[in-house]
Amino acid sequence: MSRFTLPLVLFALLVVVLAIGIKQSPDKDLIPSPLIGKPAPEFSLPSLTDPGQRVSSTQLRGHWYLFNVWGTWCGSCRMEHSMLLKIKQSGVIPLVGLDWKDDRGDALAFLKDEGDPYESIAVDQDGSEAIMWGVYGAPETFLVNPQGIVVYKFIGPITEQTWEQQILPRLPMGQTPAAAASS
Amino acid sequence: MTARLCAILIAALAAALLLGSSRAYAIAPEQMPTPQLEARYLALIHGFRCMQCQDESLADSPVNLAADMRRQIRDMLLAGKTDQQIRDFMVSRYGYFILFKPPFVWKTAWLWLTPGVLLLIGVIAALTVIRRRAALVASDLEDNDLTDA
Repeated sequence: MSRFTLPLVLFALLVVVLAIGIKQSPDKDLIPSPLIGKPAPEFSLPSLTDPGQRVSSTQLRGHWYLFNVWGTWCGSCRMEHSMLLKIKQSGVIPLVGLDWKDDRGDALAFLKDEGDPYESIAVDQDGSEAIMWGVYGAPETFLVNPQGIVVYKFIGPITEQTWEQQILPRLPMGQTPAAAASS
Repeated sequence: MTARLCAILIAALAAALLLGSSRAYAIAPEQMPTPQLEARYLALIHGFRCMQCQDESLADSPVNLAADMRRQIRDMLLAGKTDQQIRDFMVSRYGYFILFKPPFVWKTAWLWLTPGVLLLIGVIAALTVIRRRAALVASDLEDNDLTDA
């Protein structure tokens, strides 16, 4: 056994450990959510479009939905907006918005100008609902199933790629535009 | 002259260190109704990571989200929740990542055990080398062999 064998073995071990570290954390900004596989938080919040009405988690039970946390102050949310409109157009799954610490007038004006992709929008005026969902930077999107379980969470603006590779495959085969429309 | 300047600098440095040892805030701490609650509140907010800035605690972070989370913690304390209930709540939303001092559980075992394992490897390696060299000296070898251990 040469005197280099042991250092070489240790070095190789270090390389393996570091390689795993690099592979496992493609982006340190993306922290896995402990909510995945757990029930989505229960909520009942005023509606953005109609302050007299409430948007609640019980209304949403029974069908799949995407819970999208956004705000007009958030640049990435504006980037994401055209993709949200495409998702609405596809009719595959309804979008439920959480307008996070936003100005109501700004939010309504933005939706009027750019189009409104949401089926309903809940208002989180003081930021406490976002904490319930473990949100730390908009936009964040949660995929919730008919039983109210969080199936998937995406941090950052949804792209065509996210939609096709992460969200669509998680939906049941029967989730077609027709099925969504009837629900 | 230089000596006096040095003395002044050292005094200034000592003062800075002393001041620095008390907790520094990037934000004005919110007042709690009793000193006991205040102490628990301060201990809690220093133990949570700000999820946006990540290397700062909730106590030190100026961002809005940290302020919202401090308010959440304050509300829970005022509602009579225990420190453990507050920690559990935060972990259930944000994961162990939010704790600056993660608990010893199966998932974090490697984090706690690795330094000990590395220390053990180091001690064994050091002992092996020392023994080998001691043996070389005892067998009265040449100097150039000693350097070749």
